[in-house]
Amino acid sequence: MLRIEHVTVSFGAHRALDDVSLAVADHEIVSVLGPSGSGKSTLLRVVAGLQNPSAGSVFLADRNQHGVPPHRRGVGLMFQDHALFPQKDVAGNVAFGLRMRREPRHRIAGKVAGLLSLVGLPDAGPRPIAELSGGEQQRIALARALAPEPRLLMLDEPLGQLDRTLRERLVTELRQLFVRLGTTVLAVTHDQGEAFALADRVVIMRDGRIAQDGSPQDVWQHPGSEFVARFLGFANVARAKITAGVAHTPWGPVAVPGAPDGEHPPDGEHPADGEYPVLIRPGDVRLDPDGPIDATVAARTFRGDQVTLHLTPESGPPIECSVPLDSAPSPGEGVRVCLTTAQALPE
Amino acid sequence: MISDPAGAIRRAALLALPVGFLGVFFAYPVASIVGLGLAHGVPDLGQFRGILWFTVWQAAVSTALTLALALPGAYVFARLDFPGKSLLRAIVTVPFVLPTVVVGAAFLALVGPDGLLGIRLDRSVPAILVAHVFFNYAVVVRVVGGLWSHLDPRQEEAAQLLGASRVRAWIAVTLPALAPAIGAAALLVFLFTFTSFGIVQILGGPRFATVEVEIYRQTAQLLDLRAAAALSMLQFAVVSVLLLGQAWLGRRRESMLSLVAASSAVRRPRGKGWFVLAANLVVMLVLLVTPLAVLVVRSFADGLGAYRALGQNDVRSTLFVPARDAIGWSLAYGSAATVIALVVGGLAAAAMTRRAGRLTRAIDGLLMLPLGVSAVTVGFGFLVTLDTPPLDLRSSPLLVPLAQALVAVPFVVRTVLPVLRAVDARLREAAAVLGASPWRVWREVDLPIAWRALLVAAGFAFAISLGEFGATVFIARPDTPTVPVAIFRLLGRPGELNYGQAMALSTILMVLCAGSLLALERVRLGRSAEF
Repeated sequence: MLRIEHVTVSFGAHRALDDVSLAVADHEIVSVLGPSGSGKSTLLRVVAGLQNPSAGSVFLADRNQHGVPPHRRGVGLMFQDHALFPQKDVAGNVAFGLRMRREPRHRIAGKVAGLLSLVGLPDAGPRPIAELSGGEQQRIALARALAPEPRLLMLDEPLGQLDRTLRERLVTELRQLFVRLGTTVLAVTHDQGEAFALADRVVIMRDGRIAQDGSPQDVWQHPGSEFVARFLGFANVARAKITAGVAHTPWGPVAVPGAPDGEHPPDGEHPADGEYPVLIRPGDVRLDPDGPIDATVAARTFRGDQVTLHLTPESGPPIECSVPLDSAPSPGEGVRVCLTTAQALPE
Repeated sequence: MISDPAGAIRRAALLALPVGFLGVFFAYPVASIVGLGLAHGVPDLGQFRGILWFTVWQAAVSTALTLALALPGAYVFARLDFPGKSLLRAIVTVPFVLPTVVVGAAFLALVGPDGLLGIRLDRSVPAILVAHVFFNYAVVVRVVGGLWSHLDPRQEEAAQLLGASRVRAWIAVTLPALAPAIGAAALLVFLFTFTSFGIVQILGGPRFATVEVEIYRQTAQLLDLRAAAALSMLQFAVVSVLLLGQAWLGRRRESMLSLVAASSAVRRPRGKGWFVLAANLVVMLVLLVTPLAVLVVRSFADGLGAYRALGQNDVRSTLFVPARDAIGWSLAYGSAATVIALVVGGLAAAAMTRRAGRLTRAIDGLLMLPLGVSAVTVGFGFLVTLDTPPLDLRSSPLLVPLAQALVAVPFVVRTVLPVLRAVDARLREAAAVLGASPWRVWREVDLPIAWRALLVAAGFAFAISLGEFGATVFIARPDTPTVPVAIFRLLGRPGELNYGQAMALSTILMVLCAGSLLALERVRLGRSAEF
């Protein structure tokens, strides 16, 4: 459906996108994930035709989009802050794309009603935009973007401004809806939870380049670099020298079972010796009275039934570990820690 | 931002008409005047040194007086909440849309021969200065008060909490934020008073003349086109410098300030606040309302006699037609000028919505030039240039509306452009992605938001066209005078009846201008949520 080939966008000396290539297949849901300023919104604007690339091409259904203005591209874009038309009511917003396609009035009315039911606001048609809550605005923006049945729907931080509980509910709803409608979706977000819950495939961007591209599970299990690991929220990342399957980390030696290329290694195979960034997942950090590392609890972050402990070891950088709420030590307490396995990351 | 060649072509197409209009009806006539002035070498400007000096110092004093009286007024409108505020705001704005001829006539009724005050102050500098303050009070209130009302009062409060006294807090926080607006307002007032024509022409008598008045005298009375051309150039040079200064201040004014909705910054007056309010009300009453009231009273001095006389065509009449006909001509010319100004100004504003490129800024400045270049010069230029085919417009009924539109276009652009620029660019992008062509985007997104500004601009353009005097007095044909031209001619004739008719016509013109303004003020206040 969508093919982006070697697209570069320069603003003066700054490259918002730097030789980016990406393809989205029909009915695929792809999330582009990255910190703010990584170029992900620019990517959507290039596909929509709102921003011309300095180099490279965009293909939609194998047609080069060079010189095609936004209104002839047949893509949908849901804006970060929704950009609903304030002077039109809800129905007027949803109907806009249909009117632009010159659909007959009675068909428009029917479709608008259908879309409003689809997003769960069947009676909202005559309401003014200013009266809508954030969640309702998001739903209306979605209905408006879906109305002209775009061949590719793009979402820019679709749930960005909503509160946490609403976000978690809506992201599941969105995925179910897109799967049911068979919509091809390219979404950008800075929130990994959102990206992983929504997408078939996750693309992680950094400084205008693609840092990793894979299924949510794959990316989560095998971060492609130290940057990706840290961006996904892993704190225990350090450089280590690996010899014969043992990483010599600042916290001491830790076993490394896998290969650094992100592939599942055959049993018993170790990464080649050398220096790598290594990741120790919070679950691989165990509180163990006989553990080799002495540490103090610096702070605790509550995550429901689990608590993330921020530990200051006697030597080496801080360590994070995850423990059940009822057995969590208090800040200031001394603990002993054991690191069970490390994961070598590609450079 | 869409950086596409098609967009650039579209903008160029939109700009073609405004640029062409300005080229033919502004640049060409003004350039011809310059050519005329230089044809036989640079004329001796030394003889006009006195006039230039008077023009400069009366403008400076007028500006200082206006700021002194109107800045407290700006505070009252920006920060105090009191009953009848919106009505008062409208009343304060009325003098600015009044024709300068009416302002002159009103002060004549107050301090002229048989004036209501019983003291003769016409043909004196104080009358000119006070009339200038009367005319420009609204400029300061609107420009400074407009920004002031949106300044976040919490900044001043924060300064007070950090230990500054109220005065210190104002000087440290509010004044610097207001300074560019005050500068811009002062420049505008200076510009208007520097090029003042109608007021000085009527109140100054033969002794006092601004450059603008002298241009008119040299042309219309002494038939010395060279001297007039030289004076036009002189004025053009001064005005260009002022406009450059204004553009510079305008850019600074657009710099980031913490702005809030005006409604969140107003308070009911408390304690000394009531005193400030009362003092300002007295100033507005004496300065702004009295002259207009006197004008109306004088027009009824002879019962309805003066009004009846407007319909008669006396053989000894100053005009070739009944004075009443002037009203019809004014309305017709004004309507045509409004349409022209809206089309030209609206297209220019639409093309310049995107702040892009040096070219856009240059055209932006070019569009403002007619605001400062003397209307008399423009009228004079029309006379000199538009008399040969294919541009022989001498006998065309469009000649007067074209000149009036030229004066009104800057107001249209200045009213519409900020509103268009405030439209969220993402709304346009959203419409485009949903399949709207650039023209549909404009119709669906920009127009619904900008139509109110267009309406206000239309009202301004109409009021300005109705009152335009400097250019019209040159080019209106004797048998089709506009109301200001008729008033001026009537005032120039002796006799109680002529004087009464002038007062009556002035009253009618005042009602027309104020009416169109107040009607639009209602549109703006009634329909738009303020932000």
